Amino acid sequence: MDPKALKKLVESISNTVKSFKKSEVECLIRLFHKLVGRADVRLDNVGLDRNAFRGILYSIFGMTDDVLMNRVFFAFDKDNDNCINVKEWVKGLSVFLRGTFEERLKFCFEVYYLNGDGYISREEIFDMLKNSLHQPSSEEETDEGIKELVDITLKKMDYDNDGKISFADFEKAVKEERLLLEVFGPCLPEAKEE
Amino acid sequence: MGVALTRSAQWTAAGRGTRTLETTPLNEAILKEIIMFVESFIYKYPQEAHYVFVDPLEWKTNLNPSAFESGYSVSETTVKSEEVDKNGKPLLFLSVPQIKVRSFGQLARLLLIAKNTKFQEAQACVEANRNPIAKILGLDYDTLTEDSSKVNILDKIIKEDDPEIDMKMKIAMLLKQLDLHLLNHSLKHISLEIRLNPGTVKNDIELLKRFSGKGEHTVLEYIDYTSDYEFSNGCRAPPWRQVHGEICYVLVKPHDVETLCVTCSSEGVFLNGGKTEDEGEINYERKGAVYKDLVTFLKEKSAKFSENMSKQEFAFSEEQQKEKDQPNEEPKKEEAITFRKAVTGSDRSTQEKNQINFGKTRMTKRLEPSLNWKATVDSKERRSLVRDSQEEKHIGRLEKARPSVSPGRAQIVRKSAEKIEEIISESSSESEEDEEPPDHRQEANADLPSEYWQIQKLVKYLKGGNQTATVIALCSMKDFNLAHETCQLAIRDVGGLEVLINLLDTDEVKCKIGSLKILKEISHNPQIRRNIVDLGGLPIMVKILDSPYKTLKCLAAETIANVAKFRRARRAVRSHGGITKLVALLDCGQNSTEPAQSSLYETRDMEVARCGALALWSCSKSYANKEAIRKAGGIPLLARLLKTSHENVLIPVVGTLQECASEESYRAAIKAERIIENLVKNLNSENEQLQEHCAMAIYQCAEDEETRDLVRLHGGLKPLASLLNNTDNKERLAAVTGAIWKCSISKENVTKFREYKAIETLVGLLTDQPEEVLVNVVGALGECCQEYENRVIVRKCGGIQPLVNLLVGINQALLVNVTKAVGACALEPESMTIIDRLDGVRLLWSLLKNPHPDVKASAAWALCPCIQNAKDAGEMVRSFVGGLELVVNLLKSDNKEVLASVCAAITNIAKDQENLAVITDHGVVPLLSKLANTNSDKLRHHLAEAISHCCMWGRNRVAFGEHNAVAPLVRYLKSNDTNVHRATAQALYQLSEDADNCITMHENGAVKLLLDMVGSPDQELQEAAAGCISNIRRLALATEKARYT
Repeated sequence: MDPKALKKLVESISNTVKSFKKSEVECLIRLFHKLVGRADVRLDNVGLDRNAFRGILYSIFGMTDDVLMNRVFFAFDKDNDNCINVKEWVKGLSVFLRGTFEERLKFCFEVYYLNGDGYISREEIFDMLKNSLHQPSSEEETDEGIKELVDITLKKMDYDNDGKISFADFEKAVKEERLLLEVFGPCLPEAKEE
Repeated sequence: MGVALTRSAQWTAAGRGTRTLETTPLNEAILKEIIMFVESFIYKYPQEAHYVFVDPLEWKTNLNPSAFESGYSVSETTVKSEEVDKNGKPLLFLSVPQIKVRSFGQLARLLLIAKNTKFQEAQACVEANRNPIAKILGLDYDTLTEDSSKVNILDKIIKEDDPEIDMKMKIAMLLKQLDLHLLNHSLKHISLEIRLNPGTVKNDIELLKRFSGKGEHTVLEYIDYTSDYEFSNGCRAPPWRQVHGEICYVLVKPHDVETLCVTCSSEGVFLNGGKTEDEGEINYERKGAVYKDLVTFLKEKSAKFSENMSKQEFAFSEEQQKEKDQPNEEPKKEEAITFRKAVTGSDRSTQEKNQINFGKTRMTKRLEPSLNWKATVDSKERRSLVRDSQEEKHIGRLEKARPSVSPGRAQIVRKSAEKIEEIISESSSESEEDEEPPDHRQEANADLPSEYWQIQKLVKYLKGGNQTATVIALCSMKDFNLAHETCQLAIRDVGGLEVLINLLDTDEVKCKIGSLKILKEISHNPQIRRNIVDLGGLPIMVKILDSPYKTLKCLAAETIANVAKFRRARRAVRSHGGITKLVALLDCGQNSTEPAQSSLYETRDMEVARCGALALWSCSKSYANKEAIRKAGGIPLLARLLKTSHENVLIPVVGTLQECASEESYRAAIKAERIIENLVKNLNSENEQLQEHCAMAIYQCAEDEETRDLVRLHGGLKPLASLLNNTDNKERLAAVTGAIWKCSISKENVTKFREYKAIETLVGLLTDQPEEVLVNVVGALGECCQEYENRVIVRKCGGIQPLVNLLVGINQALLVNVTKAVGACALEPESMTIIDRLDGVRLLWSLLKNPHPDVKASAAWALCPCIQNAKDAGEMVRSFVGGLELVVNLLKSDNKEVLASVCAAITNIAKDQENLAVITDHGVVPLLSKLANTNSDKLRHHLAEAISHCCMWGRNRVAFGEHNAVAPLVRYLKSNDTNVHRATAQALYQLSEDADNCITMHENGAVKLLLDMVGSPDQELQEAAAGCISNIRRLALATEKARYT
């Protein structure tokens, strides 16, 4: 790769992402490069598609939940072009690996609300939790169990009682109990000791 | 091994010759242990494994020669090991089917070769060699248990210094250990076996009969014996079945199950083959598992039964509550009625339920009060008892602060249970009985609060959910009021504790955190603590202490701090290496060279240290844990943490130190680590709890003179004195007064206290204070009053009256201190007048009857200055009816301190001629003479004085001689104590007025010793010695004169 272009890219990314050192940014770019596997193309046009990214989430960060991996992908993919480019990559990882509490909070919330209205609705919660019981029982029973679990969650997190979780609800609940950060499933690497 | 094999192994009764081992679980367990011992022998003791047995172990084996491989020379029917002894004989020799083995090494290899059949081999070996020790080591080692033979063998070792005997000895010891181990092991097994007898079975059946019948609310439809005939031994089974331990057969018809035909045997209760229709014969064969009793059996078989059973129980406990509350509320005369009602049982059902409860109590082996009225009395007594002992000690504050919200009887009982537990916790002894508080399970069908169901639902998610669901359930559970008993017990009763503890064993950090957050809260409940320990929660939590996550470490340590409030838990923490890990938490990487670290890290580290100290504080209530903490290097770390300014860290740190300072080793270390300085510093803190623990630690440590000086040098006396003025917090006041008491043992400190006007304040504290404060206050005054100025202060502040008033107490520690203080005051004539006026001397005198020797001695010491300084002392003493006889009889005590003090009292009493006459009549002379052969210098001193004063009456001088008191007295002169010399010389001077005594003295070499004494700087001694010599000399001259004229 052209060292000059690389340097320029590092510079420009470092201006927006503060949590990595320049050398680290450079490493991440090289890694991205390797992952994309097409070194000949100019870097700013290519990216990781969903499958490739999920592969990375699985192999490097040990995530297994399909639904959540997709959601993480969308949270990384800021410009919604179904492809993560190098800037989104570094930016996303900065939250992923070095994010402050607020950044992680925002990130998790983004992962959890899907339809873009800024709320996590009852249905969405149900969707995310539907695989969380592994009791061998009838489908109906399991559904009932999940519904109750959703109720429990809403009772705990829906402070304004509007039947859905807003960012304010989410923030308040997580600040009160840190364990609720990844309440609807793991979407961050295993927490390191702060 | 020998003892275990002969005593506990169960041999078949049949036949003489070769008896075989029965196949019982116990025997199997014993054999397994033996196999394990032999197998591990090679690795553990490689040298000893080569030791050649005196006689080979011989038995019939089923092993085929072909099974032996390398290391053996194998032929068709024989096998020889290549390993041989000194004489070239093989250590293993097999000639089918007989096998001979001569070393542990070979035994172990044989077991390896036997593989699947090793159990049979071991059994055959044990059966064929009934005395293995004699064979292995020779006959003289067989009786190693006797001390004498041990000595013999030791002698041999010393004389011969033979390495083989050395080894033999070691093996003997190993076998002995194995024997002990086996015995312990079999004890465990035996204790598990529950034996039923006809009586208990009959009781159970009778009880159940009463509650059987038609209708929904009975426990059973019917229950009856199959046979009406009862043998004289209480069994109903035919004799040929009784041989098998069977007691009777019962037909039971529960509501929801078919009729069951049940065998009750001494081993337990089980389902048999049922009655055959045509002949009415019973098929005796066992068809199901064995249960420990009938009720357990039925509970298992019939849901309806267990449900109704618990209802009965519940109704009963309600009944009991009513009865229990009545006597407390109603006026006294009504109490008798309630009492009668309860006892005669006008309400029949109460009584019956009572009995049911009896039955249950016995079955579940729990201690519960039996009769209602008795229960009331019991728990009252218990509580007051609990209160007394609680007031003497100072811990468990964390718990007291926790508000208890649950209403009703359960709360009362639980409270007392909690207190009982505290007492247990306080005890440092590891040997006492571990008393379990009564367990109160929530009844299955009682009216349960809604929380119960909600919690049950959450626990379901914990059980069946993945990590996400689990975390949600945990967070939601945390929102319940976990300080509330209902919730705590609900979590347990729906099986939540097991799950929570299981979660700790997973890899999910979030689940662990959530689970610990809940456990930390609910472990405030004493029952939950026990459940956590029973479920094996402690080892897991101890393991978590190693986690890299600080949050986890903190939570685990805090939970341990809550759980380790009773002895068994503390022991568990220690045995799983918890103490070392907790001590490691104290090492919070605080670098004094780098004070400005990142503050976030520092606070988190401090938090870890705080939690560690908290857990250590709980643990340090056991003696062995104190040792473990010290060995793990905890003291320097605690000392370092003492330098912080974080109050919440300081409290547990000082708390731990204070708890541990009861040990001499800690006090030395506390001095060495310069901890006193920081303790003094923290006395000035704002936090009352911290002040209290610092004062308490000083109290513990100030037994040592150097420490007392250190407290003064670091300026600790002033804060102590000023803390005296705040009397609201009694615990702190007790600690502070305690510290003042111990510090005032040093004269310099007393001077300081006087400067700070502490003595006046102390006098003010003599009234309206709890006993534990009083003990210390009076103790401090007793020390202070050793000086004249302070005696005056105490008198002027009006301290004499309250002190004398305290003489009527019953607290032994208090009495010892009060008598000392009163005695000190009596040194001053003006105070003595007051004491006399208040009849204090009579009170002191009556304390001579106190059962405790310390009180007796202290009272006797106090009487001495009283008699010296009272006006008309002789008259006063005579006025106490029987008083003199009492004193003289105390000379029969076997406590040295009592004897010395009584001798001192007698010295003073004997100054009055009339009184001397009375005590002579009571036989003081022979009693004193009997004491003469003592080694205690203190007793010698006072005894000699008493003798010298008692000589002044009648023919007492002669009598002392007759009772052989003179010769021992002469020997006193060889003592190193000048006080003894002086008193003895005076006594001898008095005794030498009698010629016979002079001769005895001379014979015992008194003259030379006395001549030395004449050169003493002590004038009184000089005089007495010279007087004595002159008497002896005069006698000699007179004799000579008589001879020559």
